[in-house]
Amino acid sequence: MSGPLLEIRDLSVSVARGDARFAAVDAVSFSVRAGDAFGIVGESGSGKSLTLRAIMALLPSAARLEGGEVLLEGRVLSVTGRRARVERRARVAMVFQDPLSALNPVRTIGQQVAEVPRRVLGRSRAESRRRTIELLGLVGIPDPVRRYDAYPHQLSGGMRQRVAIAMALATEPAILLCDEPTTALDVTVQAQVLDLIDKLRVELELAVVFVSHDLGVVRELCENVAVMYAGRFVEVGPTSELLRTPRHPYTLGLLRAVVDLDDPIGFLRPIGGTLPDPLHLPAGCAFHPRCPLASPECAVIVPPLVRVDVPHATLPRESACLHYELVEAP
Amino acid sequence: MSSPPRLDADPAEGESVGGPRHVGFWRRARRSPSFIAGALITGAIVLVAILAPVLSPDSPYQLNLYHILAGFSASHPLGTDQLGRDVLSRLIWAARTDLTVGVLAVIFPFCFGTLIGTLTGYFGGVFDTIVMRIVDVVIAFPFYVFVIGLVFVVGEGTKGIYIAFAVVDWVVYARAVRSTTLVVRESDYVAAARGGGLSTPRVLFRHVLPNTITQAVVYVMNDIVLAIVAVVTLGYLGLGIQPPTPDWGTMISDGQPFITTHWELATLPGIAVVLTGLGLSLLGDGLADALRPPS
Repeated sequence: MSGPLLEIRDLSVSVARGDARFAAVDAVSFSVRAGDAFGIVGESGSGKSLTLRAIMALLPSAARLEGGEVLLEGRVLSVTGRRARVERRARVAMVFQDPLSALNPVRTIGQQVAEVPRRVLGRSRAESRRRTIELLGLVGIPDPVRRYDAYPHQLSGGMRQRVAIAMALATEPAILLCDEPTTALDVTVQAQVLDLIDKLRVELELAVVFVSHDLGVVRELCENVAVMYAGRFVEVGPTSELLRTPRHPYTLGLLRAVVDLDDPIGFLRPIGGTLPDPLHLPAGCAFHPRCPLASPECAVIVPPLVRVDVPHATLPRESACLHYELVEAP
Repeated sequence: MSSPPRLDADPAEGESVGGPRHVGFWRRARRSPSFIAGALITGAIVLVAILAPVLSPDSPYQLNLYHILAGFSASHPLGTDQLGRDVLSRLIWAARTDLTVGVLAVIFPFCFGTLIGTLTGYFGGVFDTIVMRIVDVVIAFPFYVFVIGLVFVVGEGTKGIYIAFAVVDWVVYARAVRSTTLVVRESDYVAAARGGGLSTPRVLFRHVLPNTITQAVVYVMNDIVLAIVAVVTLGYLGLGIQPPTPDWGTMISDGQPFITTHWELATLPGIAVVLTGLGLSLLGDGLADALRPPS
């Protein structure tokens, strides 16, 4: 079996707020093979999007890469600057969260999709146009020849997200990073876009990294998943097993906070408290103030992400909880 | 896998997909009363300036010392001035002078200021800090004191106005464009363009600038008014356009001594300035409405 296409090692990002800096992404590691999908779930502000931005070398100006390596087919890539983006050309592409802002409002969608083939990949004008129309068709834009000259505001949200996906595919990537691409869409459109991403993954053998706050979305799409809390991975494992037998109380909390339509009583059980202020993370495990299993040592020791034993598990599981064996089934 | 179902993506009625660029611009412009009023007034004044040789009944320079300060009459519809020149002809030719100076004066500040604003906003850093401190200094300096000082150095006439505008006025554009660039550079579409591997000049001029230049374009309209007012002010002080070239400012100051007996000599060019200002300001407002990108 071949090695991973994309490997991330100990990626750390800090963000400035006022005069202070805090660690927004703390030593995150994972890998994806071609044709596989890896999910990252967590609350807003847990560092999911910044992880993707760091992989793309597109961190916003307030954020700074503190360390870590990005490996593409085993080769270490530059992580900042223009050189980093040149190395990612035609290899890594990203689909952004908000299709409203991911498209330039003053340029037609055709111009935007065709720009990378024409200017970066060096295709001819006619070839770029042909390829763009083909891609617009591939992502399910009806009548792509006519839509080529449409402006983003003339399209619905779902259509714009499809254009954004076409724009990412136009770079002919091997790896597609998706930053909550369905959050801004309503549920039926969301399902269509997810189907599309899944179809593209299979047909184009893409390695997909899919960030979401929605466990259901990740369950449908990803073989493996990481649960992120306050900048760290707290649990990693195969999606179906992890959701069936969580080994971190935060994962359990997330699962219990999901509406279960089959549950006759149907109460939601929210996780008490809120995500801690990243400038004043609690000592020890960042989750311990909200954790039902917390013991005194949880406030002292920062639990590392380690291999854990799960009965009947077929694939390796990792958890960053000192009391992982006490976590109940959801 | 079956192809995804078609979604509703029909553009709004009356909107043609695949039409010319900025198809929505004219549609929004037509609905903006300020755009229509501004375009009509400005268009009329520009037309008068262009057609000056055809429209003016008389030469703006022809003196007639036997026929000074004549009132309204058939041969001189708006009378003559203190040197017997036809007032209507001078008003018409002055439109040409003042509009030309107004437009020429803002071209350099517009281009240079927009460029500087884009670069400082996009790259930030030390360059941005230094340029913005220079901007602060320039803004803090009183404009007319500077212009009058400069006119004494380079001599009277339009040269001083051009230089003064070039030195001072770019800061307004730089500030406005910089502040919108700061927002646009963090946008997802700029990230997408950079992530696609496009060159920095391409990201700057094809993705950032088209979204930031709107404000600058709108401000150009108001700025032409300011430039004309500056010309008129300097003309009034005797430092602007030199006689006998017709110019509204000089006409106002020349007419002022006769205000009690011949109010029209100072008032009519004043009205011309006000009308021009009104037209350009309305046009600026209308442009802002029409250029605002729909979301």
